[in-house]
Amino acid sequence: MRPRIRATRAWRFAAEATAVAVALVVAFPLYWMVLSALKPAGEVRSAHPVPWTPNPSLDAFRRVFGQQDFGRYFLNSLLVAGTVVVASALIAFLAATAVARFRFRFRTTLLILFLVAQMVPVEALTIPMFFLMRDSGVLNSLLSLILPHLAFSLPFAVWMLRGFVKAVPEALEEQATIDGASRARFLWQILFPLVLPGLVATSVFSFISTWNDFLFAKSFIVSATENSTLPMALLVFFDTETPDWGGVMAASTVMTLPVLVFFLLVHRRLVSGLGGAVKD
Amino acid sequence: MAEAPPQAGRRPPDPPVRQGRLTPWLYLAPALVVLTALLAFPVCQLGLISLLEYTQAQVSGGEPTSFRGLGNYAELFADGQFRQVLLATVLFAAACVLGTITTGCALAVLLTRVRALPRLLLTTAALGAWATPAITGSTVWVFLFDADFGPVNRVLGLGDFSWTYGRMSAFALVFLEVVWCSFPLVMVTVYAGIRAVPGEVLEAAALDGASQWRTWRSVLTPMLRPILLVVTIQSVIWDFKIFTQIYVMTGGGGIAGQNLVLNVYAYQKAFASSQYGLGSAIGVVMLLLLLGVTLVYLRLLRRRGEEL
Repeated sequence: MRPRIRATRAWRFAAEATAVAVALVVAFPLYWMVLSALKPAGEVRSAHPVPWTPNPSLDAFRRVFGQQDFGRYFLNSLLVAGTVVVASALIAFLAATAVARFRFRFRTTLLILFLVAQMVPVEALTIPMFFLMRDSGVLNSLLSLILPHLAFSLPFAVWMLRGFVKAVPEALEEQATIDGASRARFLWQILFPLVLPGLVATSVFSFISTWNDFLFAKSFIVSATENSTLPMALLVFFDTETPDWGGVMAASTVMTLPVLVFFLLVHRRLVSGLGGAVKD
Repeated sequence: MAEAPPQAGRRPPDPPVRQGRLTPWLYLAPALVVLTALLAFPVCQLGLISLLEYTQAQVSGGEPTSFRGLGNYAELFADGQFRQVLLATVLFAAACVLGTITTGCALAVLLTRVRALPRLLLTTAALGAWATPAITGSTVWVFLFDADFGPVNRVLGLGDFSWTYGRMSAFALVFLEVVWCSFPLVMVTVYAGIRAVPGEVLEAAALDGASQWRTWRSVLTPMLRPILLVVTIQSVIWDFKIFTQIYVMTGGGGIAGQNLVLNVYAYQKAFASSQYGLGSAIGVVMLLLLLGVTLVYLRLLRRRGEEL
């Protein structure tokens, strides 16, 4: 019996050592990003980089925020992502309620269409979107980023929220009706708070895909650069013969932080939300 | 108020018939308006433009638009570079999916074997990678592998080896970044799936004398199949249309276009050389390929008797 227990212990130790080692490898790029952003310029451009810095400095961040419009780009990114998150949550909630709680003609057809719509490769639509935005006069404005992302996050949000709406017992609505609540009141004061965990999970996805957007910002904001978003500001430091690595890492840090904070705030709900969507 | 987790196992009853036939359509209206105007319409436009001779001359109104029929497609498939990009896209996406799923599943299993602290460390690290925007992930990985200032070449003793110079090494670098930022979703989802398997099932298997491997193959894998299906399909779709990573890490598609994938190729054709007709045809090819994947997915769902 004894050797077997020892073997199990050795296995467990090996598993835990592996887990810690993998965690370090996975975290290393982010550590290196923040570290390089804090290194003075000379150290970033050293042929023998070291994994610490004796004299951290905020110079790179100063360079980044000193760049014309960087703050504005940051706000633009927040504004675009925030609008998409709120609008798609509200619109998807209504649509999900319709497909989950009502039976009507074409319900199944609609559901299949929502599923198919999720698979449409956003990037393939850049060309017609470009002409659409141009013809409706919103090219070069923030709206030209908000609208496409709204369309792209909706199908997934509806699909995901459907499971959460379905899980709310029918009896609750009957009870609410008996108690004299109007349908609108039931919708917003009872159903909406109940599906909030699902809304959080869908919000994460729409926030991230919008915040990450690079292609649309590059294609739709061509002349009015003051309406550009963070990725474009990042490229100023990166897209040259000799990149300003300190600046690139500082800009990357600034761009990653909001998502990281958002993630840490909601990750428990996100995981349970994912579980819910997957089980469904 | 209590949260309402979706019910597992027991299928909720069909939605009841209610009075007010218009109500569901009222609820659906905003979503349908947005999706028709910004998804369905552009898809139709894409198909239309792909059949036209549509370059800078036509866009600016200098020349009339002419109908080319399938001319753009004929031109594409006669083009050796396009066929090569198509092949590279499929192979690269397949490699990324395989890498992501194996890494994610292996680490999910590892998570079930360790105590709370190592688990917290790994989950937190993965959460960080997951949250990193594609563009910052790309710049950071290029910097890590930089020939002059990156730590990776120093540690591996590679001198001033340039990762982005060679075709395979550049694809390998992008592959690593893609797996890094996409395995967490798989890991977290599969881990949640394993945890949701009732303990009694595993106990019963152990009582029946099933080995670890046997339990894994005959009990867990079938129970996890729906989850694995969803994450695999998501990875296929996601990896097939990678744009940012290739564009940023290989400087727009690599030296002489050696690292081009369909998306970047279409972008270059349309926006760099103003061949919107050709670019749209590439878009249609992508759309059709992904539609094929979707149909396979729908069939699998149907075969398992999923209700919609």
